[in-house]
Amino acid sequence: MTAVTATLTPAPSAALPPPASPKGRRLGERLSAYAYIAPFFVLFAVFGLFPFAFTFYVALFDWNPIGDQVFIGADNFTRMFADPRFWNAAGNTVSIWFLSTVPQLLLALVLAHVLNHARLRFALFFRMSMLIPYVTSVAATAIVFAQLFDRDYGLLNWLLGLVGVEPVDFVQSTWGSHLLIATMVVWRWFGYTTLLYLASLQSVPRAVFEAAAIDGAGPWQRFRHITVPSLRPVIIFTVVTSTIGGLQIFTEPLLIASGAPLTCGAVRQCQTLTLFLYEQGFGQFEFGYGSAIGVALFAMVVVIAAVNYLLSTRIKADR
Amino acid sequence: MTTTTPRRRRPGRVRWWTYLLLAAATVACLFPLYWMFIVATTDTATATRMPPEVVPGGNFLHLVGLVLETVPFLQALLNSLAVATAIGVGQAVLCALAGFAFAKLSFPGRNTLFLLVVLTMTVPTQLSVIPQYMIMSQLGWVDTLQALIVPGLASAFGIFWMRQHITATISDELVQAATIDGANTWQVFWRIAFPIVRPAAFVLGLFGFVTAWNDFLWPFIVLKSPERYTAQIAIKALQNSYDVDLGLAMSGSFLATIPLVVLFVIVGRRMVAGILEGAFKG
Repeated sequence: MTAVTATLTPAPSAALPPPASPKGRRLGERLSAYAYIAPFFVLFAVFGLFPFAFTFYVALFDWNPIGDQVFIGADNFTRMFADPRFWNAAGNTVSIWFLSTVPQLLLALVLAHVLNHARLRFALFFRMSMLIPYVTSVAATAIVFAQLFDRDYGLLNWLLGLVGVEPVDFVQSTWGSHLLIATMVVWRWFGYTTLLYLASLQSVPRAVFEAAAIDGAGPWQRFRHITVPSLRPVIIFTVVTSTIGGLQIFTEPLLIASGAPLTCGAVRQCQTLTLFLYEQGFGQFEFGYGSAIGVALFAMVVVIAAVNYLLSTRIKADR
Repeated sequence: MTTTTPRRRRPGRVRWWTYLLLAAATVACLFPLYWMFIVATTDTATATRMPPEVVPGGNFLHLVGLVLETVPFLQALLNSLAVATAIGVGQAVLCALAGFAFAKLSFPGRNTLFLLVVLTMTVPTQLSVIPQYMIMSQLGWVDTLQALIVPGLASAFGIFWMRQHITATISDELVQAATIDGANTWQVFWRIAFPIVRPAAFVLGLFGFVTAWNDFLWPFIVLKSPERYTAQIAIKALQNSYDVDLGLAMSGSFLATIPLVVLFVIVGRRMVAGILEGAFKG
């Protein structure tokens, strides 16, 4: 599950110790409390925080896992900025991210709005159906969609053929492969996002919608003036999470171009940054260069999250 | 749409296009699974013929046989089950326990440490796969299932969520009463707190299970031998032998997806409720 940005309610002040309780018990309570939270901190330190910090260190080396580790300072970064493959992967990543985020959020907005209707029938069925893609693995999704979009045997090209369109080789073309990957991402996440929006909408008192309706606000006006503004925080949240998720797209490009998986095709037409990181780190065993790509990815996450934050506060101020 | 007099609408009526839209979304969600099933049950010649088949063929068992010849797929399904169960159960228990400590026990540094837990959610750990792999090498865990399980047990979100639930459902008086009766914190947790928050812990474990079952990048990096593959990595291996049969990877995908769909039919309602309950409250 994704992270949250909920308002932190301070924990209720702990109950006053009953005066009768001996000191030993209070000490026991403290020690046991530390024991209960220790596993998380130990696991996070070893498998989360340390690798994260170490990435910055490894990025400064020419680091071969079975050979030498030579300190080379910022050379990996200079090399990266001069590497057309890096810029190609960055461009692909941004393009796929945009193609998958915008339609997904718009779709989720509309669907959450209609699912929020008081008298909707089969509501549970619709909600559950929309979560089916979320429980389907990315690998299985990629296999199915690659088949549906196949040049020679795909259902989509057959349908296009019926209306006289020449078969499109989605995987081999740049825009086609981006569209294919974005379609998979949208398919997987739109239902989940819809439910997140719906959760937020359900905290808007129903009376607000009803009052608006009685005052003559049509469905579009209700959507525009009640639904969208009340979802603003959760929309910002989903933009940030979809950005972080979008920068880490890996499995889809690896699986759709079965001929050249690590580059996602002959001309790297759909190689994403994470796939590029994998290719350099685990395909070429360039741990240093791969880590530098990881650092660049992290910088992008920070920048995009900050831009989102600034834009959202700006929008708020303009209203 | 402008009308001179505001028309008074009945707020309750659901328009027909609402159902049309939702039906379209439902079909879009279910169709790829249906298609997976179609291709997974027909032989190559039929699967590549257009117009396509709309009924499943009788080739499923033959294809499953081929799948099993190509990679140890049953083993892979068992590996996935072991990893996902361990992560689901482990997350549910560990997060409930830590959430309980943050909600109901008093200890120095409690709020600071909790803030730290929340802050860890902002670290994109996925980008550090190279050092993570180095650590696994050092531990000698490369090509083992614990390399997947142990890092998956830490869930900051889970702790956050369980703390919310415990704060909302268990009163301080209850904990105090049990303490006065001589129960230690472990007993208070297992006998009083956990039974009350078990449904929330279950939903958390479900999400942990699904995420672990479907994970790809990390297992792809750390697993080497076919008998250690999870179902997702086995799918990739099937795709590598693409020339054998077009339906092969599709059958594998189908086999890897069916258990989760069955699980979802049984308990998906609770996952939906879990999301709606406000994993997010802006």
